[in-house]
Amino acid sequence: MSQALKKPSVDQVWEWLDAVPDPEIPVISLVDLGIIRDVAWADETLTVTVTPTYSGCPATSVIAMDIETALHDHGIKDLKLKTQISPAWTTDWLSQKGRAKLEDYGIAPPQPAGGPQHCPRCKSENVTRVSQFGSTPCKAHWRCQDCLEPFDYFKCI
Amino acid sequence: MSAATSNEAFTQFLLRMGDNTLILGHRVSEWCGHSPVLEEDIALANTALDLIGQTQMWLGLAGEIEGKGQTADNLAFLRDVWDFRNLLLVEMPNGDFGQTLMRQFLFDAWHSIQLGRLMSSSDERVAAIAEKTSKEVAYHLERSADTVVGLGDGTEESHARMQDALDYLWPYVGEMFQSDAVDAEMVAKGIAPDPASLREEYDALVGRILATATLTIPDTAFGHKGGRTGAMHTEHLGHLLTQMQWLQRAYPGSEW
Repeated sequence: MSQALKKPSVDQVWEWLDAVPDPEIPVISLVDLGIIRDVAWADETLTVTVTPTYSGCPATSVIAMDIETALHDHGIKDLKLKTQISPAWTTDWLSQKGRAKLEDYGIAPPQPAGGPQHCPRCKSENVTRVSQFGSTPCKAHWRCQDCLEPFDYFKCI
Repeated sequence: MSAATSNEAFTQFLLRMGDNTLILGHRVSEWCGHSPVLEEDIALANTALDLIGQTQMWLGLAGEIEGKGQTADNLAFLRDVWDFRNLLLVEMPNGDFGQTLMRQFLFDAWHSIQLGRLMSSSDERVAAIAEKTSKEVAYHLERSADTVVGLGDGTEESHARMQDALDYLWPYVGEMFQSDAVDAEMVAKGIAPDPASLREEYDALVGRILATATLTIPDTAFGHKGGRTGAMHTEHLGHLLTQMQWLQRAYPGSEW
């Protein structure tokens, strides 16, 4: 009975998860990335539903481990991680906070137009694509034609 | 039809999907560290990574449907040539960069159409994998089509190499559209489309891109087959497996 009273609220768990950084882009959290789809209690078991970004993203297993570690550290013992692939992850699920943090970090956030709005450093719109792929599955490689800095663009999918 | 037989056909279908992405993913990964420029190296490695990730879903589901406790890893690393169900096209050697991208384009075009159809599969697990992977494959197709156009309609040298690649690979395209009893059962259950029904859309898409690339589709009806049924693979698959499965063959049962 007392156990039930000690159960942290779902909002509290979301807050904790929002403090877990993405292993590849540590400036944003897993919640910012939009991959945490649900947090729910069933009796004494907490289920966290995760939707992977890219099928082959090597960070996926690290993410699962980081979630487990973070929630165990907050005293949650009975944890179930559920992988859900449908609906498929989309960059529309990136939080506004996450988008702003990406830009501050030097990664241009995704745009429906299919390319960065401007250079994340000097804000010039004179940018050109170097490669459709980049340093991680979720990014492409662009360059600013004014400040000449190369930068990552978070692909819009 | 009994449930056992039915699962057998479904398993075969899933092996065909997963073996295509596995074998092509491995082939593309062979470029890692060898590409003409760094950006292309990264692009090829990313494409390979997507394909291997997709393999985990298809072969994972194949093992589940088969019901004999096989994991995606077991299916990938513990089967021999005769058990693979991939198209012959994807086991073809990389050749030069142009041949690799031509093979990629011919496969991506089919793959994108196939996944588009599978999104409305009667099996929700298949539909979910198709929904997830079709996003990645649309991106692969955009890149491989752009590169085929860039190299085909490029210099005299690049044009000649792309035409050679097309002449070499085109006889492996027909296998994508062949139907057998497995397909008939997938169609009857609404799980997957009849492969032959994809041909028209494929020809329109591929014809448009190759025309833009100033390349000529060979005038031949001859087609190699035997990969997706497992009847006969090319000599190349065995060589590929000796590399891909080396660790499990040398140290059986070892884990990461």
